Amino acid sequence: MPKPLRIVMWIGVALLGALAVATIALRRGEQINAMWLVVAAFCSFALGYRFYSKFISAKVLALDEQRATPAERLENGRDFVPTNKWVVFGHHFAAIAGPGPLVGPVLAAQFGYLPGTLWVLAGAVFGGCVQDFVILLFSIRRDGKSMTEMAREEIGRVGGFVAYLAVISIIIILLGATALIVVNALKSSPWGTFTIAMTIPIALIMGLYLRRLRPGKVLETSILGFVLVMLAIWGGQWASQTASVARVFTLTAPTLAILIILYGFAASALPVWLLLAPRDYLSTFVKLGTIALLALGIVALRPTLHMPALTRFVDGTGPVFAGSIFPFAFITIACGAISGFHSLIASGTTPKLIRRESEARMVGYGAMLAESTVAIMAMIAACTPLPISYFAINSPAGVVGQAPEVAAATITAWGFPVTAAEMHSLAQAVGEQTLFNRTGGAPAFAVGMAHIFSNSLGGQAVMALWYHFAIMFEALFILTILDAGTRVGRFMVQDALGHIWKPLGRTSWYPSIVATSALVVAAWGFFLWQGVKDPVGGINSLWPLFGISNQLLATVALCVATTIIIKMGKARYALVTLLPLGWLVSVTFTAAWQKIFDPHSRIGFLAHARNLAASAPTHEASRLIFNDRLDAVVTGFLLIMVVLILLESTLECARVLSGRKQPGVKETPFVASRFAMEEQG
Amino acid sequence: MMHLRKMVDIVLAALREIFDESAYRRFLERRQAVSSRKAYAEFMREHELLRARRPRCC
Repeated sequence: MPKPLRIVMWIGVALLGALAVATIALRRGEQINAMWLVVAAFCSFALGYRFYSKFISAKVLALDEQRATPAERLENGRDFVPTNKWVVFGHHFAAIAGPGPLVGPVLAAQFGYLPGTLWVLAGAVFGGCVQDFVILLFSIRRDGKSMTEMAREEIGRVGGFVAYLAVISIIIILLGATALIVVNALKSSPWGTFTIAMTIPIALIMGLYLRRLRPGKVLETSILGFVLVMLAIWGGQWASQTASVARVFTLTAPTLAILIILYGFAASALPVWLLLAPRDYLSTFVKLGTIALLALGIVALRPTLHMPALTRFVDGTGPVFAGSIFPFAFITIACGAISGFHSLIASGTTPKLIRRESEARMVGYGAMLAESTVAIMAMIAACTPLPISYFAINSPAGVVGQAPEVAAATITAWGFPVTAAEMHSLAQAVGEQTLFNRTGGAPAFAVGMAHIFSNSLGGQAVMALWYHFAIMFEALFILTILDAGTRVGRFMVQDALGHIWKPLGRTSWYPSIVATSALVVAAWGFFLWQGVKDPVGGINSLWPLFGISNQLLATVALCVATTIIIKMGKARYALVTLLPLGWLVSVTFTAAWQKIFDPHSRIGFLAHARNLAASAPTHEASRLIFNDRLDAVVTGFLLIMVVLILLESTLECARVLSGRKQPGVKETPFVASRFAMEEQG
Repeated sequence: MMHLRKMVDIVLAALREIFDESAYRRFLERRQAVSSRKAYAEFMREHELLRARRPRCC
């Protein structure tokens, strides 16, 4: 394309993006079409990729086409394999896309669609994508080293230790919080529980089929698994309508929690091929298909957003979670804008597959843009149904009341008029007994998704099927994270314990497998149990805790990145990572401080404990007080870790900037790329 | 038409990589073996540690 035409085209994209963002931000009192969000995202992301990521590639990282990547130098056909950039992109996206960008925006929609959308747009372009891109490139230049190893080598021992603790903390809190989402989606829902229960034998059948009948035919096996899951969804309707079967699958939240804890333990201790691998394949298959389907549904339906741009809950009194926009909207959105967890993937499998340094831009920056697009789609799904259903579904009984009439009256008093009968007919339309008090984001997202899908394909008659398809998709997704996460946590604990007593570090020694699996499951199981027994739903305490730990990990990753940039002698460009780092520090500190010390009992853990202590002493109150104090300690511990890594990183940077230490990084020495030479002939 | 064909090929290649079919093919090439139950069991054993340590993102 000729240069003048290119300039005109990019000016057009910028103007269209500005118009879309202005429409989203400035329209008040009238509903807007969801396509404005899509256009704003498309234009912002296109501009960010074309200009900002190119600037980072050229000036900050100085990507070198002549430099061989570890995939080329260390090629072994196993983990180091030079791979086509689009294939690596798909692989990386499949690894980073989790339930976070779906659940976070749905929860943050209690403020209205505006705050969350703006943060996803800005946070991704200037924060999340930058973090993923630079960590990926730095890992490529260090033979695919992990983030923890880079932190130890470039910042210091404390940095490495803090990174290790941050990773293990986030895994445990993440597993507890996401397991709670599954429990809240499946409690008293025989249809959903039946479908999800069926995915276990389906995964076992897939494992045996793959091992015994068609070795290596994973795609074929995944399609077979998908067909079986579809049958399970259809069968779930029968199960929910057959009294004797429905009774078996109608479970309370505590029962579901116990079953999920037992499942997590079994999945961690069983051979990978039998349960973990086939479930992972099935989940990935459903995930990629559903995300594509949702994108098509939104474009085909072009729904109107019924949620206002800003709700009255911007003041911090929201029923879904308490706290004002700053910092809680940013903590809640989490992975849709910036996720510390991505730095583990960007310094894990992906750097060992990249063929040329220049491809890190598309994979690192580009895949995060794709993830943020998923977050925008989740926001649209949450804001498309009427807000009354959003608040009725997402508000815990402890806030709106247990009885449907009482809950409806409370939500009506907030300015969202709803009756118990309206909610009952919505519940009937999606094949549930009730939709009140289904906190956690998954059911609200499923209602939005079912609304979009049924209006695009099949009409109201199939709304219940679409709703349960969405629930299955989310629960399958989360259960895969539970079993994979438990196993990863187990390996980390075994690695650490191996330093104390060698046999404990042997990953194939059964007593060690059982002991460490039990330890990890007990840790996340504790948080899950705490959430299940929490009278205000658990999400109010657990999701912010997860958000804080996730943003803490991003803080660690950005500290590593900033230190490396300064040690590369490029301090003038350090703002690229320093700005998102500064923002994350302020968000993490404020959120952690408020969660511990805020005088309002719905926000501050200690204030809540004090309130309970002032009431009549019961066993239940003592347990809740203990939980509050423990959550405060965990949050404080996360906060101290941020301080430690910030201090060590600042000292290291100051030594370099003041000339007390020679600038220099621990990169693998330059080796000329054979691929580059072949291309040049 | 050529572009479409190329796109489909890339999508299929990505799916094969995501679903470890390519890893299994490379394993067979490396071992100079043909696909069988035994070979797949061997591949899964070798791949187990790699897969089990791979975090799934939130």
